[in-house]
Amino acid sequence: MSDAARSPIVQVAVTEDDVFVRSQSVPVLPPPLVATGPIGWLRANLFSTPLNALLTVAVVALLVWLVPPLIRFLFIDATWSGADREACLAASDGAEGACWAFVRDRLAYFIYGSYPIAQRWRVDLFFAMLAFGVGWLLWLDAPRRALGALYFFVVMPVIAYVLLNGFPLIGLPSVDTALWGGVLVTVVVTTVGIVASLPLGILLALGRRSSLPVVRVASTLFIEFVRGVPLITVLFMASVMLPLFVPPAWAPDKLLRALVGIVLFSSAYMAEVVRGGLAAIPNGQYEAARALGLRFWRMQGFVVLPQALRITIPNIVNSFIALFKDTTLVFFVGIFDFLKTIEVARVDPKWATPVTSATGYAFAAIFYFVFCFLMARYADRIEYRLARADRR
Amino acid sequence: MDQPVSSVPAGAEQGGGFAVEITGLYKWFGNFQALADVNLKVRNGERVVICGPSGSGKSTLIRCINALEDYQRGEVKVEGVALTNNLKRIDQIRREVGMVFQQFNLFPHLTVMENCTLAPIHVRKMPRNEAEAVARKFLERVRIPEQADKYPAQLSGGQQQRVAIARALCMNPKIMMFDEPTSSLDPEMVKEVLDTMVELAREGMTMLVVTHEMGFARQVANRMVFMDAGQIVEINTPEVFFSNPQHDRTRMFLSQILKNV
Repeated sequence: MSDAARSPIVQVAVTEDDVFVRSQSVPVLPPPLVATGPIGWLRANLFSTPLNALLTVAVVALLVWLVPPLIRFLFIDATWSGADREACLAASDGAEGACWAFVRDRLAYFIYGSYPIAQRWRVDLFFAMLAFGVGWLLWLDAPRRALGALYFFVVMPVIAYVLLNGFPLIGLPSVDTALWGGVLVTVVVTTVGIVASLPLGILLALGRRSSLPVVRVASTLFIEFVRGVPLITVLFMASVMLPLFVPPAWAPDKLLRALVGIVLFSSAYMAEVVRGGLAAIPNGQYEAARALGLRFWRMQGFVVLPQALRITIPNIVNSFIALFKDTTLVFFVGIFDFLKTIEVARVDPKWATPVTSATGYAFAAIFYFVFCFLMARYADRIEYRLARADRR
Repeated sequence: MDQPVSSVPAGAEQGGGFAVEITGLYKWFGNFQALADVNLKVRNGERVVICGPSGSGKSTLIRCINALEDYQRGEVKVEGVALTNNLKRIDQIRREVGMVFQQFNLFPHLTVMENCTLAPIHVRKMPRNEAEAVARKFLERVRIPEQADKYPAQLSGGQQQRVAIARALCMNPKIMMFDEPTSSLDPEMVKEVLDTMVELAREGMTMLVVTHEMGFARQVANRMVFMDAGQIVEINTPEVFFSNPQHDRTRMFLSQILKNV
């Protein structure tokens, strides 16, 4: 080392041209324009390589093959009104179109199930309250969002329970949950699943990262057990096994049992999503919070969770979408959710036509797609907003 | 700026006793011995600069003082209160000890003002408007009152570190600890942070500073502590430490870091 240190550094001759001192600052210029017309765009995006051109042609061919028949079935050849199967049978001479008259006729059943007709205003009121709460929470720039959260998580559930289940003391006759059905049940199961599984999932995620062995092992066991079992198994266990352990008089309501099953199941998944977010928070954040004297729950509540949940919003919404579609499984434990009402209505002899089933399923597909698509778009917007906030 | 800060700590004149007393401190990370028989007493108002090669245990030592690290043997007392596993004790000590980190560790989802008021409101139970007034006072003192409503990511590194200093000061601590506060800053921003720290020293704050900024150390320190391999090798006044270091290891270290200046 000492030899290298003592040997002289090789000098390279520097001429007058090699030195520079700026005398004038360069003016700020706008970026050069890139000229592209529609043709240029096509060439750059759809036909840039032979393979790309081939794929473009294939996709266009596929669309031409699929889309027109679908549009013809759903709209052009469809029957929009009628009192019973005759309307759809008469119209379907030759061409087969959707029997929307069937959906229109049974729409009330799809929405309310067997909820007594005179009491359906209670369901409508519940839908309105829910829409108001969801809007308040999802609109990020809404005023008083803390109040919105209080309304959504505390006030609304209580009112909704009294409203839907009934409370004879104040003149609302009881409605047995066996009569609930359709969109009402799907919405109730989804909402309860979402509202209860997020806090439970957060607790489980914190538990799994806890330094207390008992808490950590219990959380891990629960999460791994639930994740290792299909939802349908959890539902069967909740509806068949639970009554074996509790006296018949205490046996909880069938819908409630399914709800408990769904909540337990989705909270395990939520826990893993939240845990991913927690793991992304640098250690320095915990240290700074601790150094300031914040104790565990304050540190989690004010410093860690706000950051962890923000980065997991897209994944949380993704779980909600999965949960929304998974609610159709309550069908198997005898609960009349939206899909089950379609299942029942499509075999009704009054509407027996060759296209009744296809129409019913198309309606269900559109219903689920619209809601899932809206949720996904919302998650995208949040993601965009967060990305913009990070660039700030 | 190069005028040394008064070498007699304000607290010592009043006979203020010890801010920090560390006796026989040992710490292991697994089998690795991070601290070995560390003994250090810091008087009220005193400014102690700790230096040493990386991995010598400087950061670990000051992190033991506010219980960010635990230790296996020895005793740490802060303002006469012995550090134990008791959570109440730990909280009590953390309220008195402010800490500034190498990576700033500001809370990115909160504004500068919210960063500064979070702990006063939720730990000290200060009313919000009072906490904001205190925060404004300290932000003014670190010369960034106009940034109060911005988010940390909108500030430069030097500004972020000054916010971190203000955030710690808002808890009205008796002792301030700095863990390499300028090591992750661009060269142009080191001075603004050091100036803030010099000002703090002038006001008589008890300070423990881990740093390699020897100019700052010479100007501010009452005593220099040099550590190597988890042990304190030399404690000396800055005059002696820089001009006539007593231990061979200190001499070697200083010759290494001062050679390139």
